[in-house]
Amino acid sequence: MFLSFYFQLRAHGVKVSPTEWLSLMDAVARGFDRSSLQTFYGLSRSLLVKREGHYDAFDRAFAAAFEGVSRTAPITDELLAWLDEPIPMRELSDDERKQMAAMDLETLREKLLERLAEQKKKHDGGSHFVGTGGTSPFGTGGVNSAGIKVGDTGGGARSAVSVASERRYQNLRSDRVLDTRGIGAALRKLRKLAREQGPEELDVDESIDRSAREAEIELVFRPPRKNRVKLLLLFDVGGSMDPYAQLCERLFSAAHQASHFAAKKTYFFHNCVYDKLYSDMARDVSVPTTRVLSEIDATWTVIFVGDAWMSPHELMADGNYFTFGKSYTPGIEWLRRFAQKGKAAAWLNPENTRIWGAPTVKAIRGVVPMFELSLDGLDRAVDHLRGARPVVVP
Amino acid sequence: MTTTSAHRVPRWGLAQVARRTAGRHDAAMTTTGFSGTADYLASADLQDAVNVAVALEKPLLLKGEPGTGKTRLAEAVAAQLGLPLIVWNIKSTSKAKDGLYVYDTVARLNDARFGDRDIRDIRQYIKFGPVGRSFVADRRVVLLIDEIDKADLEFPNDLLHELDRMSFAVDETGDVHTAKERPIVIITSNNEKELPDAFLRRCVFHYISFPDEAQMRAIVRVHHPDVDEKLLSTALVRFYWLRKQPDVRKRPSTSEFIDWIAALQKTGVPVEKLAAEIPFVGLLLKKESDVQQLITMKDTTRGLRM
Repeated sequence: MFLSFYFQLRAHGVKVSPTEWLSLMDAVARGFDRSSLQTFYGLSRSLLVKREGHYDAFDRAFAAAFEGVSRTAPITDELLAWLDEPIPMRELSDDERKQMAAMDLETLREKLLERLAEQKKKHDGGSHFVGTGGTSPFGTGGVNSAGIKVGDTGGGARSAVSVASERRYQNLRSDRVLDTRGIGAALRKLRKLAREQGPEELDVDESIDRSAREAEIELVFRPPRKNRVKLLLLFDVGGSMDPYAQLCERLFSAAHQASHFAAKKTYFFHNCVYDKLYSDMARDVSVPTTRVLSEIDATWTVIFVGDAWMSPHELMADGNYFTFGKSYTPGIEWLRRFAQKGKAAAWLNPENTRIWGAPTVKAIRGVVPMFELSLDGLDRAVDHLRGARPVVVP
Repeated sequence: MTTTSAHRVPRWGLAQVARRTAGRHDAAMTTTGFSGTADYLASADLQDAVNVAVALEKPLLLKGEPGTGKTRLAEAVAAQLGLPLIVWNIKSTSKAKDGLYVYDTVARLNDARFGDRDIRDIRQYIKFGPVGRSFVADRRVVLLIDEIDKADLEFPNDLLHELDRMSFAVDETGDVHTAKERPIVIITSNNEKELPDAFLRRCVFHYISFPDEAQMRAIVRVHHPDVDEKLLSTALVRFYWLRKQPDVRKRPSTSEFIDWIAALQKTGVPVEKLAAEIPFVGLLLKKESDVQQLITMKDTTRGLRM
């Protein structure tokens, strides 16, 4: 049974190393689980899971592995969705309350399993299926003198599997808010310190250190260390980007506060980069894109921020829709030029990877590697930018 | 290691019981392990995590929202077990080696020029850091490495070897110091940086979730035993409502709530007033923008009667 738990964990994406697994076996051999599934749940989680973001996956794996042990039905995402936004409960008369005879727990469980098997859609305010605001013994926000709460958080003493099935840590992943500080920490990794040839100056720290070690006054001269990384930020603003305004604002302010870049520039565009970029968010003051391009070289790192969601002709057509047939450089070509001119380029997309379905997303990814604008995605983008050679264009 | 069986006796009771019986005496185990103190309430999961970490001799890594009592746990563990606590507050400039020892070269330079000590004896200029002190201590101690994520990304990796082997060498003298009694290591992190996998694999991990209303009630009772029941209930509703608002950037934490309750109590704010507005909002919201946002929020709990 333990082995099936191990494979369930791996199947749910919780990577457990053999060492960690052996620690758990060691702890169990010493009796730390106290022969209780509840204690085993806490014990195995503290030894096998090292990121709160994986708690939810662990809960699902635990429920799957030990489902038979306590006979509680797994709660699917779909069922939880039915229980979202509960309808308000209507007032019940005393008679009605009496009618809801209290059942013992075992009967309740069996009936819950039966009903979960029957139920195919959302039910609210009823007396039979799992739903909200009703008098059925199963569901959320309802009234029944004896019942099993499905979804929502409860209190009191519960079995480990029902705790696991509650999926309390579902939101921890999204809870990792990408705040200015987090972005700042990620961007800091972009720096690359290097000593360049130039006028030498007294290295105070090194002189003190050397003098102290030798117990003799030594003066050390060398060129100063400077961060060589230059950053060009290009933001998509307006239209479909409005929902992400706050997120982009944070990225902007983090980049703005970062004082460790040799140089940094920020421009704005709408939809895609065309022949003009804007130096303000309201897009009042424009700068020819060619000039921006001429100002950057292979010491620059380019980051685009946008949802990459536009109609294909806005990206590919050589002449965008308000140019009335006049020939123009297509957006994708501008992106390619930036990517080639800079040392490295990355595109940060505030949208979840699951909805990167647009054909333009695919086209842009062929030119600029795209990352989700999340803590994880930002880290991977920075890793890519640090190690990147100029992007190979297919 | 020169540990004899006599040395093992003062170890934490739980490990002892577990080893001796290798068995299943529930009552004995729950009474000898860490169980929270009078002024620190630990959930059952957290108590288990602490006890397992001690028994398996692994560092305990704690994460959780600010204000959920990560640092205070170490104090509580030390207090309950009657062990000294050594704290290492990590800063962005902290180096792993500084935790082991510092070679006080400046003092040596000073002595070379003006002093009369024998500067050839380097040993007298070696000063142990918090980790070093916890290793050379004569008795078992609790070592708290606070906010490890503040330091450089490679910092945890640099400490791995020493925490694993419980020994370190002083390069300048060639001395090797091995822990006489393995310290209980508690590490906290605020998630500012991802910690390296190799480091995580060696830890016992616990995420302290934000207390729910019932737990919060119990926590408040510890700090303010005589708080008015009605006031507390209303305050709890208001507090959890505020935390749920998506526009609040810095969500108020436990310690802020406790301060707020103290302020409400001291000034004798009537429950009716608390139901109508949030007095002393500055104690809960620390960002100007959050206070501004509050004005525009639709407050569903306003005027609520408990």
